[in-house]
Amino acid sequence: MASDQQLSAIKNSKVLMVGAGGIGCELLKTLALSGFQDIHIIDMDTIEVSNLNRQFLFRRSHVGQSKAKVARDAVLKFRPSISITSYHANVKDPQFSVDFFKEFNVVLNGLDNLDARRHVNRLCLAAGVPLVESGTTGFLGQVSVHLKGKTECYECQPKPAPKTYPVCTITSTPSKFVHCIVWAKDLLFAKLFGDKNQENDLNVRSNDGHSSSDHSEDVFEQREDEDVEQYGRRIYDHVFGYNIEVALSNEETWKNRNKPRPIYVKDVPTGNLTQQNGNMREDGDLSAMASLGLKNPQDVWSLAENSKVFFEALKLFFVNRPKDIGNLTFDKDDQLAVEFVTAAANIRASSFGIPLHSLFEAKGIAGNIVHAVATTNAVVAGLIVIEAIKVLQKDNDNHRMTYCLEHPARKMLLMPAEPFEPNKSCYVCSETPLSLEVNTCRSKLRDFVEKIVKSKLGMNFPLIMHGSQILYEVGDDLDADMVAIYSANLEKVLSELPSPVTSGTMLSIEDLQQEFSCTINIKHREEFDEEKEPDGMLLSGWTQPSTLNKNELVGNGGSTSNALLAEGTENATGKKRKLSDISKPTTSDGSGLAESGNQNQPESLDDDDDDDLFISDDLESLTKKKRSQ
Amino acid sequence: MGGDEEQLTEQETALYDRQIRVWGADAQRRLSKSHFLVHGMKGIVAEFCKNIVLAGVGSVTLVDDRMVTEEALSANFLIPPEENAGRGKTLAELCCDSLKEFNPMVLVSVEKGDVSTFGGEFFEKFDAIILSSCSLVKKKLINQKCRKLSKRIAFYTVDCRDSTGEIFVDLQNYKYSKKNIEETVDCQLEYPSFEEAISVPWTALQRKVSKLYFAMRDCSSATADVPYAKFLF
Repeated sequence: MASDQQLSAIKNSKVLMVGAGGIGCELLKTLALSGFQDIHIIDMDTIEVSNLNRQFLFRRSHVGQSKAKVARDAVLKFRPSISITSYHANVKDPQFSVDFFKEFNVVLNGLDNLDARRHVNRLCLAAGVPLVESGTTGFLGQVSVHLKGKTECYECQPKPAPKTYPVCTITSTPSKFVHCIVWAKDLLFAKLFGDKNQENDLNVRSNDGHSSSDHSEDVFEQREDEDVEQYGRRIYDHVFGYNIEVALSNEETWKNRNKPRPIYVKDVPTGNLTQQNGNMREDGDLSAMASLGLKNPQDVWSLAENSKVFFEALKLFFVNRPKDIGNLTFDKDDQLAVEFVTAAANIRASSFGIPLHSLFEAKGIAGNIVHAVATTNAVVAGLIVIEAIKVLQKDNDNHRMTYCLEHPARKMLLMPAEPFEPNKSCYVCSETPLSLEVNTCRSKLRDFVEKIVKSKLGMNFPLIMHGSQILYEVGDDLDADMVAIYSANLEKVLSELPSPVTSGTMLSIEDLQQEFSCTINIKHREEFDEEKEPDGMLLSGWTQPSTLNKNELVGNGGSTSNALLAEGTENATGKKRKLSDISKPTTSDGSGLAESGNQNQPESLDDDDDDDLFISDDLESLTKKKRSQ
Repeated sequence: MGGDEEQLTEQETALYDRQIRVWGADAQRRLSKSHFLVHGMKGIVAEFCKNIVLAGVGSVTLVDDRMVTEEALSANFLIPPEENAGRGKTLAELCCDSLKEFNPMVLVSVEKGDVSTFGGEFFEKFDAIILSSCSLVKKKLINQKCRKLSKRIAFYTVDCRDSTGEIFVDLQNYKYSKKNIEETVDCQLEYPSFEEAISVPWTALQRKVSKLYFAMRDCSSATADVPYAKFLF
């Protein structure tokens, strides 16, 4: 097996795994079999049935239990003498401080979200601990190594942000199925079953502002004299009929768009609405599909069938789950909620001439489900351990970023590449100032904190200063006075803060837990495009490094789960995913491999069409770009 | 289960949801009806069995009459290390017990004896055969028996040594379709038999064939005792 030197380095190491899911299970197994003796593992999740197709350390009987704990117990069964410490906690908790991270020789990520990845990245930078990052989606996977000062950090290449949609597209002018899903989930479902006190744009029209007048509040409340079926029909007519008619009355909106058609109950032959079968699935979940005899979640229902499901689901909620009304947020594992949202989205889609989708597909979109199989995770776990061993041996010149492809590119399924140097303009590891264009007279501090500091910059416990004045901070040990001042500041527009923020102001922002700070130059701007810049703010300043942004090649189409975050990842069709740019023989030459400086064409790879399987012992000839040596 | 198109059960749909989103419900249905024969329960094969059991194949039949050894434990996470658990059981039997737990919907069983002596009727039961820990002679023999059958059996051999590995695939006459942007193209591949593949004279091989190919050939040879590292200069 490994050489004595390797074995010794492995045996004496202490490693931290973040994530005990798809990659985590495979990784823990592989680490244990490879001779690692001291492993710590953090995961905040509990086990679900849909995990069991690949998270093999878990059994059906474990559903609901902590992933980190069960993974630990399962591995101890075949390696009883190693030490595994599990934490059923969020890696963003303060207990996982920089000092905590400093205890480890290497940190191995098996996460499924960008937010946590950025957080760990910053802590590893602050602690000076090497980080091995990874991600998988279906058959695609990726492993990368991040050594402070030597290679780029995880955030040197900007990662695709979660997709968001302008409000007017959702409320008035949907053009894709995902828009209908967002409408059904975040507006209609939320309005009918969620917190009544929440602001809801359901009745917003494209040229109004928010409109919830008393009149429209009444519309969604069940009246005293109507039974649940009458209620359902009234709601149906209101959202699919009346609201569309109102939208149509604004000619301007539809000048260059296809007009939707209003749909009323009377237009749809729903026939006999009484329950035909039992309304429970085999697993005991309430289901409109079950009671209507619609067995196959892969079927695309007709408008009539979708309407039936709409009414039946609504009824089942009100009759069988009355306590839930007013308390629910959409949960992809709530069968009835998924059925309702699918039906509502499909009816809206029908109205707007958008193709209908099956429950299976709709669930994937609404639930942001990432498709996954065991094998990719197993391969990636193996690659992670290989890189981890190099870290332990301080074999820093031999690190590789490796892409795991679905189809061979240049006859290879695993494409290695050398790590990039740090990006000198990375605001995370290279302290570059950023710029923010914002309307300082209209945007409030709260907007800045939510949309920029927390969301874009990924800080959890920010401290915002203007010169020596603290405008805002979060913490446990603050004076009540200060807390009151900060709360008041949040509601003020930037130019009216105690220390006014105007064009030319430089703000410094810190997150003490992440030991991360940056500066932002403020530039005032009057107008923002509602569709293209829905936040009303534009953050810029970190520039791409001059070499090809290979992460984007993988990110487009979502080859790693960090690119597949929010709404609209229409991958859940049950069909094989189309491979992203990786396999196109364009500038990337089959992968992000061979760039050097500003050139896009690789130097040594053009003659290989006649190749049989060629495993090069010299990766240098395959990977020519700005190296981290 | 009658009916024109067997649907996946609710339980299957729930369990396999994430992978159905990768390869589709139809592929999942076909997987659930497929039968695998696996020979030689070393580390790499343990990994493979884990993957196909999780994937939800119809059945997996394990063959390995060897008793547990220290070496076997080192890379095989299917075997519990306690002495008592392993007493008297063969490698296949131990792995079988563990594999069943990964997915109760898959039929995992053990076959004893030297399968290279079994006849065509035995192999016909399977859709795919994976051989490991098996001499060249036996691999050849089994491959030949499979090729004689009218049913096409997918034939694989796999071996790992230290940090290198090798897979051999024989799908005989393999028809598949390839989707381009414009159209779907029907393709066909004709795989050489195992014997044909390893009989290619080394002088006839392409210049850029990996050194590992030769190393693995040499290692498999019954009489060779040359450390493979010698080839990897």
